[in-house]
Amino acid sequence: MNLALILFASIITSNIALTYFLGMCPFVSISKNIRVASGMGIAVTIVMTVTASANWLILNKVLIPMGLQYLQFLVFIITIATLVQIIEIFLDRFSPALYHAFGIFLPLITVNCAILGVSLFAMLRVYTFWQTVAFAFGSGIGWFLAIIAIGGLRKKLMFADPPENFGAAGITAILAGIMALAFIGFTGIASL
Amino acid sequence: MILKSLIFINGFALFIGFLILFLDKVISRYGTVTITLNSEKEFKAEGGKSLLRVLFENKYFIPSACGGKGTCGYCKLVVSEGGGEALPTESLVLTPKEIRQGYRMSCQLKVRSDMAIYIPPEYLEIKEYTGEIVSTELVTSDIREIKIKLVEPESISFKPGQYVQIRFDVDGDFDYRAYSVASHPDTQGEIEINVKLIPEGLGSTYLHALRPGDTVYFSGPYGDFFLNTDSKRKIVCCAGGVGLAPLKAIARYWLTHASNREIEFYFGSRTTKDLYDHSMFEEMAGKSPNFKYFPALSDEDPEWDGERGFIHTIIDRHLEGGYKAEAYLCGPPIMIDAVTDVLLSKGVPQERILYDKF
Repeated sequence: MNLALILFASIITSNIALTYFLGMCPFVSISKNIRVASGMGIAVTIVMTVTASANWLILNKVLIPMGLQYLQFLVFIITIATLVQIIEIFLDRFSPALYHAFGIFLPLITVNCAILGVSLFAMLRVYTFWQTVAFAFGSGIGWFLAIIAIGGLRKKLMFADPPENFGAAGITAILAGIMALAFIGFTGIASL
Repeated sequence: MILKSLIFINGFALFIGFLILFLDKVISRYGTVTITLNSEKEFKAEGGKSLLRVLFENKYFIPSACGGKGTCGYCKLVVSEGGGEALPTESLVLTPKEIRQGYRMSCQLKVRSDMAIYIPPEYLEIKEYTGEIVSTELVTSDIREIKIKLVEPESISFKPGQYVQIRFDVDGDFDYRAYSVASHPDTQGEIEINVKLIPEGLGSTYLHALRPGDTVYFSGPYGDFFLNTDSKRKIVCCAGGVGLAPLKAIARYWLTHASNREIEFYFGSRTTKDLYDHSMFEEMAGKSPNFKYFPALSDEDPEWDGERGFIHTIIDRHLEGGYKAEAYLCGPPIMIDAVTDVLLSKGVPQERILYDKF
């Protein structure tokens, strides 16, 4: 499949947050404030791209040749945790401002299912290395867009006065559902 | 098959572990930085550690009651260059005004580049002492009175109520904890500290294990919680448990230097067993009509026929003429808050209520 197509589809029509509903936990809990949400979005994009590429390399160059493919879940999770740790060390050294801006979000990403999900999707769909990079980067950007969009909507919620019983998380889930409909509307153009 | 995967996973984890250790060592190297002190002195230091730590290693002693955990805020300093922006952990403790003035918490601030900082001159007077344990006595089930003889330098001058920081080793590194000095400020060659054993607590388990003859290192004196010796006002002391220590120093000072001042001494504890140094205060109360002693127990105790209840209720019952008093409180935060409310309602002005929370 064409790289541009993968990139477009993963950002819009097969958005990781809105069509697969992965990474919902930060999506609901951190989207109250757009600034914080975009910090999380950037962090997710970076980590997703780096980990999916690394996991592809490990899977195809190490696990499959050794016949140890069944260890993929364990290995993928270890890789993700390690890379997040390494990114933290680098940021702390070279960009303290960014390090403090990310704060707790970077370590939290370690347990974000969207990150693991992208590595697993890339494996299931038997992507090549560059396809994986495009897919992971696109998914990151897609998640970023989705959390920004819902952040903007939630800001407007302050003036909307939804029924009390929906609560903060409930109304956000409903909003996400409506947004998902809009995103899926583009499926005809391209899908994965 | 199982063996192969076991070997692989272990090898992989080992590789990852070394990779992170290696990167941490290589990348987190900041090189030597220059720190300018009060725009007159300069010294070189290894980057990558907290400013408090760097100052400590260079024998500049900054008060820090919490041991660098970022909760007490005592270690704040003005950093004029090389500090960057205040961290989220600092804005929890420092006020917005302090942040605008350039205050930073030195325990949270990592030294990454050359820095210019200002240390209040009184901090420069703080010295490091070597001492020898003279005696250590278990006065309640978990509190020890430890007396330390000063070896080098041979004497310390402190104000009644101030504290010292005891240094101890952990895993080849060192840490320190703050303890109030309970002895008389005039006995400069020896200090007494009261240490309550906290299970798993690093400082208190270390101090409880010391025996006479052992060497200890500490620095001091620290703190702005001390008796106002110029005033003639009535003194109200309120201690909760081991919070007795700094107030003991105040009472001892009062006995020899200020016994013409009225003093009301409230001491709250759980049971009679926790009421340590009870006889010393009774003796003081016997010697002078100016010394009024109000011990109180919060738990049921058949041997006790004195006051019962939490200490703030006792103050509420006995304190008169609060408007002409000054108060010194030391104990757990919940006690300080309750007692402060009572004192305010009795007319003691807020600025004359000093406390040491721990």
